[in-house]
Amino acid sequence: MTDSLVIASIDWHSVATASYIVAALLFILSLAGLSRHESARQGVAFGIAGMAIALAATIGVATEHAEAVAVVLLVAAVAIGATIGLWRARVVEMTGMPELIALLHSFVGLAAVLVGWNGYFSVEDNAGQTEVLGSLLDIHHAEVFIGIFIGAVTFTGSIVAYLKLSARIRSAPLMLPGKNYINVGALGLFVVLTVIFVISPSLPLLIAVTVLALALGWHLVASIGGGDMPVVVSMLNSYSGWAAAASGFLLNNDLLIVTGALVGSSGAYLSYIMCQAMNRSFISVIAGGFGIEAPASADTDYGEHREIDAASAAELLTGASTVIITPGYGMAVAQAQYPVAELTRQLRDRGIEVRFGVHPVAGRLPGHMNVLLAEAKVPYDIVLEMDEINDDFGETDVVLVIGANDTVNPAATEDPTSPIAGMPVLKVWEASNVIVFKRSMASGYAGVQNPLFFRENTQMLFGDAKAKVDEIVGALAADRVTA
Amino acid sequence: MLIGVPRETNAGETRVAATPATLRQLAGLGYDVVVEAGAGALSSFGDDAYAAAGGTVGTAEQAWQADVVLRVNGPTVEEIANLKDGATIVALLQPALRPELVEALAQRPITALAMDAVPRISRAQSLDVLSSMANIAGYRAVIEAAHVFGRFFTGQVTAAGKVPPAKVLIAGAGVAGLAAIGAANSLGAIVRATDPRPEVADQVRSLGGEFISVMELEVSSDGYARATGEDYNRLAAEMYTEQAKDVDIIITTALIPGRPAPKLMTAEQVALMRPGSVIVDMAAAMGGNVEGSVAGKAIVTDNGVTIIGYTDLAGRLPAQASQLYGTNLVNLMKLLTPERDGQVVLDFEDVVQRSMTVVRAGERTWPPPPVQVSAAPAARAAPARVEAPVKEPRPVWVRYAVIAAGFLALWLVNAFAPDPLPSHFTVLMLAIVVGYYVIGKVHHALHTPLMSVTNAISGIIVVGAILQLGEQDDAKVRVLATVAILLASINVFGGFAVTRRMLGMFNRG
Repeated sequence: MTDSLVIASIDWHSVATASYIVAALLFILSLAGLSRHESARQGVAFGIAGMAIALAATIGVATEHAEAVAVVLLVAAVAIGATIGLWRARVVEMTGMPELIALLHSFVGLAAVLVGWNGYFSVEDNAGQTEVLGSLLDIHHAEVFIGIFIGAVTFTGSIVAYLKLSARIRSAPLMLPGKNYINVGALGLFVVLTVIFVISPSLPLLIAVTVLALALGWHLVASIGGGDMPVVVSMLNSYSGWAAAASGFLLNNDLLIVTGALVGSSGAYLSYIMCQAMNRSFISVIAGGFGIEAPASADTDYGEHREIDAASAAELLTGASTVIITPGYGMAVAQAQYPVAELTRQLRDRGIEVRFGVHPVAGRLPGHMNVLLAEAKVPYDIVLEMDEINDDFGETDVVLVIGANDTVNPAATEDPTSPIAGMPVLKVWEASNVIVFKRSMASGYAGVQNPLFFRENTQMLFGDAKAKVDEIVGALAADRVTA
Repeated sequence: MLIGVPRETNAGETRVAATPATLRQLAGLGYDVVVEAGAGALSSFGDDAYAAAGGTVGTAEQAWQADVVLRVNGPTVEEIANLKDGATIVALLQPALRPELVEALAQRPITALAMDAVPRISRAQSLDVLSSMANIAGYRAVIEAAHVFGRFFTGQVTAAGKVPPAKVLIAGAGVAGLAAIGAANSLGAIVRATDPRPEVADQVRSLGGEFISVMELEVSSDGYARATGEDYNRLAAEMYTEQAKDVDIIITTALIPGRPAPKLMTAEQVALMRPGSVIVDMAAAMGGNVEGSVAGKAIVTDNGVTIIGYTDLAGRLPAQASQLYGTNLVNLMKLLTPERDGQVVLDFEDVVQRSMTVVRAGERTWPPPPVQVSAAPAARAAPARVEAPVKEPRPVWVRYAVIAAGFLALWLVNAFAPDPLPSHFTVLMLAIVVGYYVIGKVHHALHTPLMSVTNAISGIIVVGAILQLGEQDDAKVRVLATVAILLASINVFGGFAVTRRMLGMFNRG
């Protein structure tokens, strides 16, 4: 009993406030640390420390007067959540990162909805409450509503993104007639419902707004095509932050506001960088209306493509002095990062300069390719981004395009009628030789034919990317033994 | 129909609108051609050569009275009177610079086409006189410079000693500049070229020149610092000062359509050049790129630098210039004679023909409607900055209005909100700004780890759920809060763990 006496003698609220300030600072340091390789690990450590402090202080406050049952529930929930989270994090395939992150976003969204509902039950639906009175009560009504709305949009949006990324539903954009009016109409309806709810709060209204927001979130992301998922994931990241910030307003908790706003604004800025990389308008991305490109005209005759086999590709590579590899989502699908890394090692051992050119939106998540290549132990200083490497293609002997399509499409710069016109692309066609690893001649996510495949300096290597790269590695090794 | 090729009457004009070779092609389109006696003399094309090619040699009167009159320079007002009613005249009319000529042409029931008003679209390249003449002029500029320059272009090691190669700087890598680079390079000189457009660097190198970029002096490694116009001009001036001390020959080709030529070099910079150096100012007709250049003349400065301001560089290669100009005209006539039957059909639906037509049957049609230039060449010219032509920038006031409305809304909310709200907003705003700046320079490769950490951090919502669980004893609230805690915990623990796993993989080579 003496323990609880000591604890009771501490003013947990001021301890919590102090801890929150420290935690907020640690979160800022964490994000700052993550913008550079050198400090990235430290950044994660700061983040974990911040979270630990925040959690400890909060649990201290919450359990101060709580009944045993609440404490048990709390401990059990955290323990189960932690177990599931750690387990998922350990077993997830690096190629499955986008799905995992999208799913995690949906949890934050759902949690925000639940917190909002609790806000309603503990204040509006609780006649005896004395915490919130007068005009503050009206504001509380609005906060409940806004929190639930953002949370629910994040929830279903992330679920749809998860389903699309894990190929459980078709990734083609949903094209409802008047989709923009649907979005604007839903927002308008939300404002009207908010006003009514502030005047007279009621449970049906709360259900109505939840359903409305769930539907809006679903529609927003469903109308975006799979090729644009990197931006969507980053945008949902931002939304999940805003959801947390809205809950902070609801609960009068500055830590939630600070952290939510940090995540929200950094996520939004990240999406903005992505949009620039794809030459899309940021506003139309936020509005969920940017999968609206017209289908490509497939009538153009591009001529004949030429094929090459793995042995000849190996020969071409041994004769080269500079090689650039441009990976895309196909490499992730085929799990080809390990053979690619092995190929890189072999070529580098032979004194051939090998570098990677990564398009900002390659893969289904910002930085997706970097993570995969890092997993396969490709040194990060030879993995360059588009702007760093785009001028060097002209002096490159061989470019290997592994599972990339739209990000190396010359139509983006040369054909103003192309749906991807104006999107910055890797100028692989400037190299002396281009070898494209591809399963078939099907078009990429954007549904656009790629004139690159029909260029004179392009040769196609059909088949599973992993198998083909393995074959090349084998051919190189055999060549070394005989030599 | 009859095509007439009168003699050029402008002083110093050596070119002619048709050569025996192009005459044959015109005849192939079904036209009869009459050439004024002596029209090709200055281009070394004799009357008998025209006759042998199937043309008729006639008087000035006959040539001017033809159905279609081809000329290099536009007619004088008196010459317009020589044209018969319903005739078509094709020449370099300079409609933008000579409104009085357009006015005079419109007084007559004739049609006038300006060869210098061809729109710069890829389909019309075969008609583009400005390119074909610039090509010749660029070559000739080097030859003129070599003529005045009292030394070898190429470096030599001889028994009588070593001769260093000449250093040539070409300002502006357009058609003329590129031709000059090629010519100077093939004479053996060390060639440097500069241009504000970094994308022409490859073209410069392909012709054997070394590209000097003004921009690379100040674009920092992260690419964020962009030069403003003022910075650019200052750096360009520094570059010219430095080059003036080093090079022997400078050829400037900078022209902006419809505007005076930009001043690239001051008299002080010219004075820095070694005596005997040569400057060819190819923009002298438009005011000159170099201070002190005189249009049409070669002058020598006090320190012995020759500044050549000839405006007739293309005409100094008359046979070739006539041939290329004549071919441009043949391509035009092909366009105007779709049936190849010797009948001119002017199609105003065709932007090329519409743009060139200054007067149609006595009706003034200048200026033409703006041509939608196909985006392909523009995109290729500036692949790094393609968003510009696609997006129509909103007017500035709209942006300011939106910003002002945002600030006003924020102010209103905070001015009338009861107590805890303004302080929450303060925190919110500061955090947004911090989040924006903290993320500003994130390395591209770290986008995924960053996102998963922010994802873990946004699991902070667990704090809210815990507080609700602790404070309320309502069963509903407890259940919901417990579920929320569970979900958010997955996020917190999973997010941090997966980030650590990812970062563990990043290795420096």
